[in-house]
Amino acid sequence: MNFANLFKIALRALNTNKFRGFLTMLGIIIGVASVITMLAIGQGSKQSIRSQISEMGSNMLMIHPGSMRMGGVRQDASSMQSLKIEDYKAIVNKSRYVAAVSPSVTSSGQAIYSSNNTPTTLYGVNPDYLEIRKYKVSEGDVFSEQDIKTFAKVCLIGKTVSDNLFPNGESPLGRYIRFNKTPFKIIGILESKGYNSMGMDQDDLLIAPYTTVQKRVLAINYLQGIYASAINEEMSPKAVEEIEEILRFNHKIKEGADDNFEVRSQEELTSMLTSTTDLMTLLLSCIAGISLLVGGIGIMNIMYVSVTERTREIGLRMSIGAKGKDILMQFLIEAILLSFVGGIIGIFLGVSVTFIVKFAAGWPVLIQPWSVLLSFAVCSLTGIFFGWYPAKKAASLDPIEAIRYE
Amino acid sequence: MKKEIIRLVDIKRRFTVGNEVVKALRGVSFSVDAGEFVTIMGTSGSGKSTLLNILGCLDTPTSGEYYLDGIRTDTMSKDKRAEIRNSKIGFIFQNYNLLPKTTSIENVELPLIYNPRIPAKQRREKAIEALKLVGLGDRLDHKSNQMSGGQQQRVAIARALVNDPVILLADEATGNLDTRTSLEILALFQDLYKAGRTILFVTHNPEMSEFSSRTISLRDGMVISDTRNANIKDARVELAALPKQDDVIVEK
Repeated sequence: MNFANLFKIALRALNTNKFRGFLTMLGIIIGVASVITMLAIGQGSKQSIRSQISEMGSNMLMIHPGSMRMGGVRQDASSMQSLKIEDYKAIVNKSRYVAAVSPSVTSSGQAIYSSNNTPTTLYGVNPDYLEIRKYKVSEGDVFSEQDIKTFAKVCLIGKTVSDNLFPNGESPLGRYIRFNKTPFKIIGILESKGYNSMGMDQDDLLIAPYTTVQKRVLAINYLQGIYASAINEEMSPKAVEEIEEILRFNHKIKEGADDNFEVRSQEELTSMLTSTTDLMTLLLSCIAGISLLVGGIGIMNIMYVSVTERTREIGLRMSIGAKGKDILMQFLIEAILLSFVGGIIGIFLGVSVTFIVKFAAGWPVLIQPWSVLLSFAVCSLTGIFFGWYPAKKAASLDPIEAIRYE
Repeated sequence: MKKEIIRLVDIKRRFTVGNEVVKALRGVSFSVDAGEFVTIMGTSGSGKSTLLNILGCLDTPTSGEYYLDGIRTDTMSKDKRAEIRNSKIGFIFQNYNLLPKTTSIENVELPLIYNPRIPAKQRREKAIEALKLVGLGDRLDHKSNQMSGGQQQRVAIARALVNDPVILLADEATGNLDTRTSLEILALFQDLYKAGRTILFVTHNPEMSEFSSRTISLRDGMVISDTRNANIKDARVELAALPKQDDVIVEK
């Protein structure tokens, strides 16, 4: 008894009951289609959140003085100043998983140009910051190491600030603006980045050398934060570990003592944000999985009916030489075929529905090959699992009784 | 000396129904040579169905030995017996047991599917050959539900012949048919007998025994008589003697 024969027998059996076969398949079709669609929607929203976050600067790491975040607890003022320029230099020198590092100090205030003024934030950083945050200069240049060394009063201007200060469309390049009474020469204009996923305007900023902001604006000698970027996203956790090690060494923090700084990676932010969509994906998959289960039970049910209906046929086949395993395979293949064909139709339906959702509702969707493979594998397994029992029952029939079954 | 096809040695078969032990066969022994047409007769309860199941390798005796074509079968495994059924036995049932909505050829091909020695290409050929032998050469592609009882039984006989078995086992093969069709089927059996086939015909109808070469009667699980029939009735002669029926068409 070869496979081709079994396949032919199963096809013929299904062919004689086309409509019943279709109804049985419907369970699997809906199950597979919903698994694919639900996963596509879940994965789509997850990916859109991921890409929004990576726009903020993928693989970005943020280092802040720890005590700053201990809201509600009275703070030692000096702990706020725990990050020093030496920490920045140590990270630059020692780290292997970090691609770019920039110190960060910020000041909020009013930027003024002639009769126009606007509230904005001044970021004191080094040129690496642009790479870390994915800013690009559309006109002019970035300030140099020399500018940092000499506390040069130069800055880069964001689109929002430039629109507010130069409403007539004149070029801000080379102009002098004042920020909290300190004059800055505009040497570059930043390309617009728009709003980020958190609704923050990423063009509402001025960027100046950190030394300038430290000395001339804030009059401090510590850092408010350090920005860094890992070599790539996969290396982020290693980079975080490495930076923590360097800083603990630099800050002489003893084994077991709490850090006085905090390193956050985008991975953490990503996982925080995607945990919601992960939950959604899980819930959707549960619903889809249940419908697959129901579909499988449908197959089992119909296979039982089929076995009972064809008891005499089974008896006859046995009496003319079919072995138990021939009968088992015959019914198993029939069940697998049902779920297999159902699965294929389900995949087509699922993919179609996904595209309908994409174009009609405009939801972000992402069909991943593994979700198609998964649902197909699951429905094939469903066929084997739920087909096994009725097939086993058929195979264990007594031919003497089966042949005389009325 | 003729070849011995069947040898039963003190076959006993007991069934346990609840706490009771039913002795269906209480020591049956006989042999059948190649080319015999044997009627096994008995009323219901005589054990003839049990004997048929054992002869057909569907059941195994509680004790005793059963040799089919020189091979001992009562100690065989289930799968081995399935192979024996496939290659050495041709079953013919009272209710034909054809697959519904299936053509004659496909029905006749069925035993060949389970016979790994026959390549797929030869199946159709062999099926057609067997169908021609039973006089259905013109109904190869008729589905079983489009045929009369007599024709269906012919398909079943073709199916039994297709694997060229050493013995044909017919279980009340004419039980569902009217007199005329019964005689036609009997004539076919007689043709097969004349061609050298070994046939075991199980029935409760004593008239049937007149057409066979030997009659074994069972009662209460024992052989009560085993007689050779010197004067075999010809089914075709009987058929010709039947009054002409006008309602043949209606019947079909």
